[in-house]
Amino acid sequence: MPDSGLLFWMTVIFAVVFGLLAKFGFPVITEMVESRTRRINESLRLAREADDRIAALAKEQERIIAETRKEQDRILKDAALARENMIAQAKAQAADEAEKILNEARTHIEAEKESAIKEIRGQVAMLSVKIAEKILRRELSDDNAQMAFIDRMLDEVSRTDPERRS
Amino acid sequence: MTRCRIFISVICAALSLTAMHAQAVQLDEAAAAGTAADASGDRVDVQGILFGHINDSYWWHVTDIGDKSIVIPLPVILHSRATGWHCFMSTRLEDGGRYRGFYVAGEGKYADKIVEEAPDGTQIRPFDISVTKNVFALMLNSALLVVLVLCCARWYRRHDAAEEAPTGIAGILEPVIIMVNDDVIKDAIGKDYRRYSPYLLTVFFFILVNNLMGIVPFFPGGANVTGNIAITFVLAMCTFIAVNVFGNRHYWKDILWPDVPLWLKVPLPVMPLIEIFGIFTKPLSLMVRLFANIMAGHAIILSLVCIVFITAKLGPVMNGSMTLIAVLFGVFMDFLELLVAFIQAYIFTMLSAVFIGLSRQEAE
Repeated sequence: MPDSGLLFWMTVIFAVVFGLLAKFGFPVITEMVESRTRRINESLRLAREADDRIAALAKEQERIIAETRKEQDRILKDAALARENMIAQAKAQAADEAEKILNEARTHIEAEKESAIKEIRGQVAMLSVKIAEKILRRELSDDNAQMAFIDRMLDEVSRTDPERRS
Repeated sequence: MTRCRIFISVICAALSLTAMHAQAVQLDEAAAAGTAADASGDRVDVQGILFGHINDSYWWHVTDIGDKSIVIPLPVILHSRATGWHCFMSTRLEDGGRYRGFYVAGEGKYADKIVEEAPDGTQIRPFDISVTKNVFALMLNSALLVVLVLCCARWYRRHDAAEEAPTGIAGILEPVIIMVNDDVIKDAIGKDYRRYSPYLLTVFFFILVNNLMGIVPFFPGGANVTGNIAITFVLAMCTFIAVNVFGNRHYWKDILWPDVPLWLKVPLPVMPLIEIFGIFTKPLSLMVRLFANIMAGHAIILSLVCIVFITAKLGPVMNGSMTLIAVLFGVFMDFLELLVAFIQAYIFTMLSAVFIGLSRQEAE
């Protein structure tokens, strides 16, 4: 049979030990350990997340680099194209300009020639008239009739002239 | 290297434990021979030594130096129906002395207990709450346990456990606490384990410290605390209360109306009776297992050490070889007892947790 004295003391001592340890001992320890476990788990989770994020960032970076390279290629190609275009355009423009200048010069020359011819014709007419006057002064009494006659004669000459030139 | 060193130091510890057991037994024997004056002269009274150690006592016989025995006197606290409360030191009752009508009974129903003589000459056992050897050892061990655990708790209060690794006592206790808390209590009880973990941890460390102190062969260890049925009875009782007072409705339903065919419970409540019986056998098994294991361990180690003294008469060759064998077996048993000290604490805690877990189970 269990001894009553020992039973009594055991009950008292165990109650005291349990009271002390359950109040000041084990809960403190287990709580701290659990909070540490939580913290470690949390840290691990964060580390994993950071890893994931870094991996995502690396992928993003790669993508951006690839994109940039593609962009660079495109820009270079565009620039080349633009240059070609510009040169071609400039060439065309220059050709046009030259054409225009030539044309202008040509018309100018034509006009100059025309006016020179007109002038020459006038001069010739005047000279002819003067010559004819000088020649025919004595013979011709009516100037007007004489002038009409001379004009008609000159017209005939100039009409035949272009035919000869061409 | 470190492991090797630890191994060597453990072996040294076990060897010295055995040597000290031997010394302790020798002294016990000397004391027994001196006091009991055995009829057969120089025969070694193994039984006397064994029970002298395993049973409780009003004195704590530490050792003998020469003829002088060093005994720690312990307070005797009695309540007699005739004369009321008495409190005195046990030195008054030494060597069969009488004090205020009390003496230690030699034989009979109250052998080795304090009794008083009734007017008609019969022995009456007073209400006895003396601080005996076991009680004193229990107090010392409990004080040790409380100091250890509170030191550990203080470390956690003063440090941020999330920032630095525990050192000192906290470093020793923490792995054990985590092991018991996480692997035993949490697994066995389930979600509301927090409520029970202080109790179960207390039980574990209480048993462990008392077991380990019981293996130490000299003062303040060596008392057979957990190998005493009163101690294990109280522990089992606590588990019994924890299981049955806080058991939920599902637990009681399982006992009073278990899920078995109807004929097993209606005309004659066979299963409910068996279940109710089970309520009491569970803590009973806890009580007896711990008590028997520790007591048997003490008895075996003491018996092995006694071989050294029993064979002393058989000549030096026989005595020497038997001593060698006894010491080797003693070393082995000390190792085994270290293991048993832990295992029994573990099993008691685990089974308590399992019983509590069963009483907290929810219906599926």
